[in-house]
Amino acid sequence: MDQQIWTLVMVGLTFAIYIGIAIWSRASSTKDFYVAGGGVSPLANGMATAADWMSAASFLSMAGLIAFLGYDGGVYLMGWTGGYVLLALLLAPYLRKFGQYTVPDFIGTRYSGKNPNAQVNVARLVAIICALFVSFTYVVGQMKGVGVAFSRFLEVPFETGVLIGIAIVFFYAVLGGMKGITYTQVAQYCVLIFAFTVPAIFISLQITGNPVPQLGLLGEFKGEGVSLLTKLNQLNTELGFTEYTSGKKEMIDVAFITAALMLGTAGLPHVIVRFFTVPKVSDARKSAGYALVFIAILYTTAPAVAAFARANMIDSVSGVAYDDAPAWVTNWNKAGLIKMEDKNGDGIIQYYDDKSEAGIALAAEKGWKGNEFSPDRDIMVLANPEIAQLPAWVVALVVAGGLAAALSTAAGLLLVISTSISHDLLKKTFMPNISDKQELMYARIAAAVAVVGAGLAGMNPPGFVAEVVAFAFGLAASSFFPAILLGIFDKRTNTPGAVTGMITGLVFTTAMICMMRSVQLFGTDAPIIKDFFGISAQGIGTVGMFLNLIVTIAVSRMTPAPSQEIQNIVEEIRIPRGAGEAQAH
Amino acid sequence: MKDLKQYWKTNLTYLSILLAIWFFVSYGLGIMAKSFWWAQQGSIYVFVALIFVYVYLMNRLDKKYDVDEK
Repeated sequence: MDQQIWTLVMVGLTFAIYIGIAIWSRASSTKDFYVAGGGVSPLANGMATAADWMSAASFLSMAGLIAFLGYDGGVYLMGWTGGYVLLALLLAPYLRKFGQYTVPDFIGTRYSGKNPNAQVNVARLVAIICALFVSFTYVVGQMKGVGVAFSRFLEVPFETGVLIGIAIVFFYAVLGGMKGITYTQVAQYCVLIFAFTVPAIFISLQITGNPVPQLGLLGEFKGEGVSLLTKLNQLNTELGFTEYTSGKKEMIDVAFITAALMLGTAGLPHVIVRFFTVPKVSDARKSAGYALVFIAILYTTAPAVAAFARANMIDSVSGVAYDDAPAWVTNWNKAGLIKMEDKNGDGIIQYYDDKSEAGIALAAEKGWKGNEFSPDRDIMVLANPEIAQLPAWVVALVVAGGLAAALSTAAGLLLVISTSISHDLLKKTFMPNISDKQELMYARIAAAVAVVGAGLAGMNPPGFVAEVVAFAFGLAASSFFPAILLGIFDKRTNTPGAVTGMITGLVFTTAMICMMRSVQLFGTDAPIIKDFFGISAQGIGTVGMFLNLIVTIAVSRMTPAPSQEIQNIVEEIRIPRGAGEAQAH
Repeated sequence: MKDLKQYWKTNLTYLSILLAIWFFVSYGLGIMAKSFWWAQQGSIYVFVALIFVYVYLMNRLDKKYDVDEK
């Protein structure tokens, strides 16, 4: 069977499974819709959280990114896993005990001010705006990813790809709510992890002779008697690149980017709400542990895949005659994802860093006229099965895995958007008298509007979709994280403190990212400011987080302590007993 | 109430120790010492272990102070 048929079969099969699960587990109450009835086992929730969390970017782009960044790629690995430690230790158990449906619920109750029945709850409103902004920017990126995957592999137009994605997510997110999403995400996790590890094992065997990629990373390169990492450092420096295991980012920037990703992860509403779905507080802790195990399987394999792909790519391309290039190079060249041009006309591929000093010196010596080989970073994972000469069905599996990663994340985000609107904005703010049934209807309408909106935005990407992802993490870190943390660990933190803190973090981070990314966002010739004391846009959320923390603590100390009632709530959430089921009280 | 104060204090002690290790493997070994293996592999394994150690410690503590869920 040829590639395209395999892909169609594999994608069709997995989609049929997702839809089947959605029909079986459709939501019948708001509680089902928001927190899957509150009865999900910690193991299933861990898997669902892993699928929810790992987006198309984790699955398709991360390994490629690390292959080109080397050591610097560690910021993503540490950042996107270290956040779970914060989540499990500092947030998840307490939020589960608090036991409502959403993050704005917690912030709105904890910081309700003197009069909990006031018409507009400012803290809740700020939290809703943050949740909507963070989730929407993120989901647009996912819909775009779905469109790209479909258009590349099923050879349908990009727009049709996005439309298929809308239809699928619409079906199970709108119908099933959190319940449907949770169980489809469990299935999607299985598909994506299988699709990621199978090719990795075969490549590891080919390059290092060890079937475990994590061990292969430390193994020998193709039995040449030299370790893979030493070989990579040699290959990199010979071609004018920085040593693979050293990297070139400033240490302060690495530290702040890692922190922003960690704090952002712990503050992302679609991740936090997953811990409302388990029955007990102790389950919330355990579930975060399972989630990290499932994530770590992919996150420890990815750097191995990156190193294999990098070594293999340089080995099979650099200094090789164009006519002798391996089949996968010519195939991806035809697809337009590897660009090759014989600039100096010697019939041999020159791959080197034509921007570094070492690279320029090298070119002058050997008569090279610029780098002749530019691969798209995303193809590292996609090309893996071909590089390892695996059968066509494995390639199809990888496509299905990428789609699973994108769809599961999109669904989780859409749920946050719909609950923010139906529960936080309508039920808790503007229409407190609607019935459970009406609220469920509004939740479905909101999900439907959001999925179509996200699809349209993804179809018509305002050039800077990739850039705004920095926003999602920066804003989650600088707005939610301190407000939730202090809400649990500091009884003295009050409404004026939390609200000014969140606004400070939000305004600072937004302003900084806008100025640093002004070229992409507003089309200026140069960024308005290049960096903030050596910290780039990706790491600026950390600074915003600290500002928020300081302002919150200072303002809280200058204004009256929260009411006894609120302090009792804080006492209450610190003790596991009596969690019962997640519910609105 | 005194008991519960002690419960919370012990919890905070656990948290400080575990988060110190969390900081040491990622920022100490991974970033300041620039260890490639710790940045791309080792820290992740330790993160997983930290969560399960906390689960174990807290389950024990909850029982000791009789605040566990039935």
